[in-house]
Amino acid sequence: MENLALIAQVQSYTAIALGLIIGLGAIGACIGIGIMGSKFLEAAARQPELIPTLQGRMFLLAGLIDAAFLIGVALAMFFAFANPLLARFG
Amino acid sequence: MSAAEHAAGPANSTEYITHHLTHYTVGEGFWSIHVDTIFMSVLLGIVTLGLFHAAARKATVGVPGKGQAFVEMVVEFIDTTVKEVFHLDRSFLAPLALTIFVWVFLMNAMDLLPLDLPGKVAALFGIHYWRAVPTADANTTFAMSLTVLVVVLFYSVKAKGIGGYVHELFTAPFGGNPVLWIPNFLLNLVELLSKPVSLAMRLFGNMYAGELVFMLIALLGAGFFTFTVGSTVGFLGQLLMGAGWAIFHILIITLQAFIFMVLTVVYSAMATEHH
Repeated sequence: MENLALIAQVQSYTAIALGLIIGLGAIGACIGIGIMGSKFLEAAARQPELIPTLQGRMFLLAGLIDAAFLIGVALAMFFAFANPLLARFG
Repeated sequence: MSAAEHAAGPANSTEYITHHLTHYTVGEGFWSIHVDTIFMSVLLGIVTLGLFHAAARKATVGVPGKGQAFVEMVVEFIDTTVKEVFHLDRSFLAPLALTIFVWVFLMNAMDLLPLDLPGKVAALFGIHYWRAVPTADANTTFAMSLTVLVVVLFYSVKAKGIGGYVHELFTAPFGGNPVLWIPNFLLNLVELLSKPVSLAMRLFGNMYAGELVFMLIALLGAGFFTFTVGSTVGFLGQLLMGAGWAIFHILIITLQAFIFMVLTVVYSAMATEHH
């Protein structure tokens, strides 16, 4: 019974952590993509002849910005389904 | 659908997902080897090389066939990308970048296979665990990024000589005062080691998260054969979300292969710069 309470505690803390990981990561990634997208549109409107050059770089940066967030999501998913912190309880 | 066929096996969703996250492993401890990862990556490496070799052998100067046109497009695209970043002789780096791009792309593309298909095929040979995406295994991505580190070191030494490179390691950002040797070296060490770690974690994180989202979507249709209203809605949801995520994932796998390649070239180009 005591073990059950401990497991529940670990699970609840993990659930809060998952929310924080994904939520905060999403905020950061979205702000980053938003700033980059708006700057790209501004630049494209100013100098349409640069669009092909800028587009490739924009996608590259989109991948770079997204990466940290997706690493966080992967970590969160890992903790959601195979929680190593729970393994100690057997 | 895919999850429903599994209904006899794993009892619940957690078990289904942990089953799909288990590698086919041989050996114990340090020497445990993920056979599925190695098999799939070597197979796809052979496919990559075979594809380009066949196109190169059949190449004509006349009107190119569709295969040749496609391969030429890829080669030219990579060559221009490398040319923009790396200004020295690129007879080694451009083919390396091409190999990385196509190989990583194919390994990532295994994510688009139906989730349970590789496992079912492996089950025919009596293997219970089979993960089809080699890049969703940190071992693959770290092996590749450590190889990139070796390439970066090679270019550093080639451009500056061993003495010059060591000199730069100890004097680069702050200057040559002996008091600053240790801080310089530590800073350079961190910079050098952060490259392969970020390179590997980026690819691994993207592919692992993508694979897990596919699994979660597959779970939606798990109860389809009970034919209740809820299970039907879940099944339709699986179809819609699976299609949506797969289409979005085509962008991600290409982007990640491209980023891995570009960063390899950028790191090599940075290594050849003198400070």
